[in-house]
Amino acid sequence: MSFRNAPLAVIHDRDKTTLFTPEIREQIDIWIAKYPAEWKQSAVMPALTIVQDANGGWLTPELMNDVAAYLDMPEVSVYEVATFYGMYDLEPQGRHKVCVCNSVSCLLLGSEELIEHVEHKYDVRLGETTADGRFTFKEVECLGACRHAPAVLVDKTYHENLSPQALDKLIDELE
Amino acid sequence: MVPNQNSVCFRNMHLAATTRHTLDAYRSLGGYVQWEKILRERPDPADIIEEIKLSALRGRGGAGFPTGLKWSFMPRNAPGQKYIVCNSDEGEPGTCKDRDILRYNPHQLIEGMAIAGYCIGATVGYNYIRGEFYEPIQRCEEAIREAYAAGLLGKDIQGSGVDFDLYNHLGAGAYICGEETALLESIEGKKGQPRFKPPFPAQFGLYGRPTTINNTESLASIPVILEKGGQWFLAQGRPNNGGPKLFSVTGHVARPDNFEVPLGTPFRDLLELAGGMKDGRALKAVIPGGSSVPVVPGDVMMDVDMDYDSIAKAGSMLGSGAVIVIAEGTCMVKVLHNLSHFYMHESCGQCTPCREGTGWLERVLRRILDGKGRPGDLDLLDSVAGRIGGRTICALGDAAAMPVQSFLKHYRHEFEHLIEHGQSMAA
Ligand SMILES: Cc1cc2nc3c(=O)[nH]c(=O)nc-3n(C[C@H](O)[C@H](O)[C@H](O)COP(=O)(O)O)c2cc1C
Ligand code: SF4
Ligand code: FES
Repeated sequence: MSFRNAPLAVIHDRDKTTLFTPEIREQIDIWIAKYPAEWKQSAVMPALTIVQDANGGWLTPELMNDVAAYLDMPEVSVYEVATFYGMYDLEPQGRHKVCVCNSVSCLLLGSEELIEHVEHKYDVRLGETTADGRFTFKEVECLGACRHAPAVLVDKTYHENLSPQALDKLIDELE
Repeated sequence: MVPNQNSVCFRNMHLAATTRHTLDAYRSLGGYVQWEKILRERPDPADIIEEIKLSALRGRGGAGFPTGLKWSFMPRNAPGQKYIVCNSDEGEPGTCKDRDILRYNPHQLIEGMAIAGYCIGATVGYNYIRGEFYEPIQRCEEAIREAYAAGLLGKDIQGSGVDFDLYNHLGAGAYICGEETALLESIEGKKGQPRFKPPFPAQFGLYGRPTTINNTESLASIPVILEKGGQWFLAQGRPNNGGPKLFSVTGHVARPDNFEVPLGTPFRDLLELAGGMKDGRALKAVIPGGSSVPVVPGDVMMDVDMDYDSIAKAGSMLGSGAVIVIAEGTCMVKVLHNLSHFYMHESCGQCTPCREGTGWLERVLRRILDGKGRPGDLDLLDSVAGRIGGRTICALGDAAAMPVQSFLKHYRHEFEHLIEHGQSMAA
């Protein structure tokens, strides 16, 4: 909760044109333009997402500091956001992310079987990455696809109504 | 009886699936006619708000607050920037309706937001979409681009002097951002921690400016209410419960799906629409409004009608309209543990009763489930739940407590059996 409602602007002594690549800066700038000029920090979530995607799916402290510098934010405010939201990863990830929904509608239709199946077949526990680095295995909360439970998010694609066999097939197709 | 279906937010569902989300398809159903009429005639916003009040549209996000009344709280003539924010952070377990509005009918939401903006004096809108909704986000981005290109959004739209700019904002995986003030904090680039109220968003909202937050389904209903009239919408449902509503029927039914049916439709008819029970199993229990609301035994539910007031009379809530159907043979301890795990995981941590209490509930339920329950555990659960409800900044605390109390009320014997014998009755 914060009663404070002014942006926490701080100016970092860094040349913004040295941060990220021109393409990434351009993408972040599209977001910055959506908010009032003094509220650049509103772009922190999309900026972290863009930077994470370009870094193999995880955020390093250096990247978070760069986002802070780019958006004129205190570094700690960026860390707060990066640690609060579930879609940011602060450790190296597998080449893919396989996220099984284990909330109630999926539970009723077999999400636990999916999880057990993957754990055994690929020798990986929830939160871990397979030995070959192919995928990181995660349990997530309701994906909003409950009418086609059980649902699994593989990277950026929803897969619904999944049986263990169908999930195997998806995983086997991952590089 | 087969209820009338798909008359408002899903009114385009009969169109070709490959194109029904486009501007052309939406126009073919009379889309943007209401918005263009407003731009031409510049009616008094108070009159539109009266029409919405007459329709008895109640907020579809969970609380069921009358939308017209909410809009009338906005200081629409006060100087300075005001905002309309759409809550598309859908994350309440069992709820999967807003995702389909965003994917299949994004223009109706855009038109609804533009009209809402006009009524409350907001020239800027943000649609907060949860980050995992990659496909819906694409569709909404595309739809906004189409609407700008067609001169339906922007500055001085169609020479009317009316400005309205609309942007999508993306979440990043936090259920709590569905709480409206957490959502505002999140747009401000912060952790999504709910604000203490008052002040309410209509006075002090996004960037400290007057703001109205509405659910996706509430806003997408607006164009049809204006087209057909508040009286028509009201007549679709029941007094004080206007319109049809999207119900996400999930769990142990033959054909889980979203159904847009009139408020007041008997639960048994809704169950039939969903193909009845899966594999002919018997109905045990229903959670009628998303994971946060009290569970209702199946036999009671069979005689309940699906509207806010009838479900309240049955001791639960219509909530987000997520109807979770549970068959005989399901271990209720396991279901409750699943719910409690969710709230523990999603608590934002700023109120002690919620942060600590949700953890206690989960751990005690875990040990009962593992066959290690102790004799005093049910009283402990009751007492912890009782100390969360009503003592927190936001309603997540109540949402965590309510299922516990209702499960213990109706299925106490299952918990007792597990504690005594170390294994589930359902096994
Ligand atoms: C923990 C929590 C989560 C919520 N999640 C959502 C949500 O995902 N979508 C939503 O529209 N409302 C959600 N709400 C309700 C909102 O706070 C708010 O009441 C609603 O968006 C208002 O819109 P309406 O009046 O049109 O329903 C949530 C509330 C709480 C306490
Ligand atoms: S009730 Fe829970 S989720 Fe809500 S503000 Fe308090 S700690 Fe956060
Ligand atoms: S419960 Fe799994 S998608 Fe909603």
